[in-house]
Amino acid sequence: MRFTEVLAFAVRGVTANKLRSSLTTLGIMIGVASVILLIAVGNGASQSVQQSIAGLGTNVLTISPQRAQAGSSTKPLTTADAKALADPVEAPAVKSASPVASTSATAAHADVSYSISQFIGTDPAYFSTTNSAVAQGALFTADDLAQGRKVVVIGATVATQLFPSSSPVGQAVLVNNIPFTVVGVLATKGSSGLQDADDTAVAPLSTVQNALTGYGSLSQIVVQATSADTISAAQAQVTTILDGRHKIGFGATADYRVLSQEQLLTARTATTDTFTVLLASVAAISLLVGGIGVTNIMLVTVTERIREIGIRKAVGARRGAILGQFLLEATMLSLFGGLLGVAAGFIGARFTIAGITPVIVPSSVLLAFAVSALIGLFFGSYPASRAARLRPIEALRHE
Amino acid sequence: MTAPVIEVRDLRKTYGTGDTAVHALRGLDLTVARGDYLAIMGASGSGKSTLLNILGCLDVPTSGRYLLDGIDTVEFGEAQLGILRNRKIGFVFQSFNLIPRTSALANVELPLVYAGVRRAERRARAMAALRLVGLDDRAHHRPNELSGGQQQRVAIARALVTAPAIVLADEPTGNLDTRSSQDVMGILDALNASGRTVVLITHEDDVAAHAHRVVRVVDGHIAQGVPA
Ligand SMILES: Nc1ncnc2c1ncn2[C@@H]1O[C@H](COP(=O)(O)OP(=O)(O)OP(=O)(O)O)[C@@H](O)[C@H]1O
Ligand SMILES: [Mg+2]
Repeated sequence: MRFTEVLAFAVRGVTANKLRSSLTTLGIMIGVASVILLIAVGNGASQSVQQSIAGLGTNVLTISPQRAQAGSSTKPLTTADAKALADPVEAPAVKSASPVASTSATAAHADVSYSISQFIGTDPAYFSTTNSAVAQGALFTADDLAQGRKVVVIGATVATQLFPSSSPVGQAVLVNNIPFTVVGVLATKGSSGLQDADDTAVAPLSTVQNALTGYGSLSQIVVQATSADTISAAQAQVTTILDGRHKIGFGATADYRVLSQEQLLTARTATTDTFTVLLASVAAISLLVGGIGVTNIMLVTVTERIREIGIRKAVGARRGAILGQFLLEATMLSLFGGLLGVAAGFIGARFTIAGITPVIVPSSVLLAFAVSALIGLFFGSYPASRAARLRPIEALRHE
Repeated sequence: MTAPVIEVRDLRKTYGTGDTAVHALRGLDLTVARGDYLAIMGASGSGKSTLLNILGCLDVPTSGRYLLDGIDTVEFGEAQLGILRNRKIGFVFQSFNLIPRTSALANVELPLVYAGVRRAERRARAMAALRLVGLDDRAHHRPNELSGGQQQRVAIARALVTAPAIVLADEPTGNLDTRSSQDVMGILDALNASGRTVVLITHEDDVAAHAHRVVRVVDGHIAQGVPA
């Protein structure tokens, strides 16, 4: 008895009950595809966070206020702090220091209103520090800042929301009912994993403090070092200056925090890693559920066909021939389902899912495929091999 | 007379153990000569099917000897038993036992596939067997598209396609009407006339009348031999 004949039996076995075969295939396919896709989404999220942080530049320090220890006073971060940090004598490694006041605000134009998640007040140096380029119009100038003009540069998302059909440059918008003039639109930066970097608007600090936030503590001071190599020197100089200005004694906890992009990256990566682990466990569960489904169908299939195994043995089939047939059937279903699942995973990964561009992890493809194929193979052939060991009459009597 | 093709000595078969044990065969002796045509009769539950399954190498006795062509079948391994079922014995089940969703032709071809016969020859021999049972025009029908009598004839075609020396049939006419029964018995008569040893189980006297010899099984024994 040749291999081709066993193969022919297997093909006939698979095609004889099309519904059952397609359900098995579907179960494997869904398991494989969901594992590939969910892991790809997690991976995509962490990559885009890394990219967006790396996009800020490696020579940037972010200073943000933090609550000091109980008992000691917390001083706000002020514009004067920012000015002191930009002193070329005290802090030679610092190229610029931009004060940042940020808030959320509702902007309206014509009938449309949109709530901007980050409305930022700062100085013009902020744009070069954060690698923000202008796509239309212009950025605001030092003169705008000095005069406190009500001008604003808006992000790409805000532009499409408020001005779906017209060019925003030169148009008026009401920000919390205060009229601003749009002078420029920023080039798109994409999402940074969990938040949209284009959902922003930038205006002169003086204007924002005057009109929106008031003159309290700044949200941040963004410092640009002279180069990537002077970043630790800059960090030391910034710390010395601020410790002096905020009267932080030796060993005391400061009321501010300096983070380099590298530190920010580590912190953010840790968050997205948790996210990826979460998705991976959901994926593992779906693979398990899919596996149980396949197991179930395979077991039912073989049990239902023990009589057939008995008939084949009664007319002289060897155990090997029967085993080969069922093994091949299981292999075909598993391989086919697995390949379809991989294809579905790859196709699904071409779409943006919840703002995240999935990035496929090759090892997850291999893992998902191997696990589901092995499940299909084992549960397709193990019961068959047990049935093939029965005496023909036992198999024939099987209910 | 030549050496018997089937010789059974003190055959016992017990199903289960302990209190629930059923003694289906209790020391049965039987000899069937080459070319014989034997009908086995007996009450329901007397052990006829149990006996025939053992003769067909589909089951093994609990104890006793079964000599097939003078060789004790306990000496055969699983693979050799497979070959015996394939080449030497044709078995016709009371409940047909055709593979569902598979054409009559493919069902008849099945033993030839496992015998390693090539495709073209296989097809020709299976068609010839179907022609013999008068079903060559139904070759591509599936079992569920055939009547009971037609399914039984397909099962007979499958039993005789390998040209076995022995044909065993468990109530081959049990589910059939008079007309179909006559067809089936005609085929078995012809097989015996061509030199095959035929053993069949039946409850009907007119079916048993086709055989040369009738034995009765009572409580797992052969009760009496009635020469035809
Ligand atoms: N697999 C089994 N397990 C337990 N008992 C069995 C089994 N097969 C048969 N028996 C018992 O063995 C006895 C003989 O059964 P068998 O099928 O040989 O009877 P039979 O003579 O063919 O009857 P019928 O004419 O009704 O077909 C019966 O009592 C039956 O209940
Ligand atoms: Mg019976």
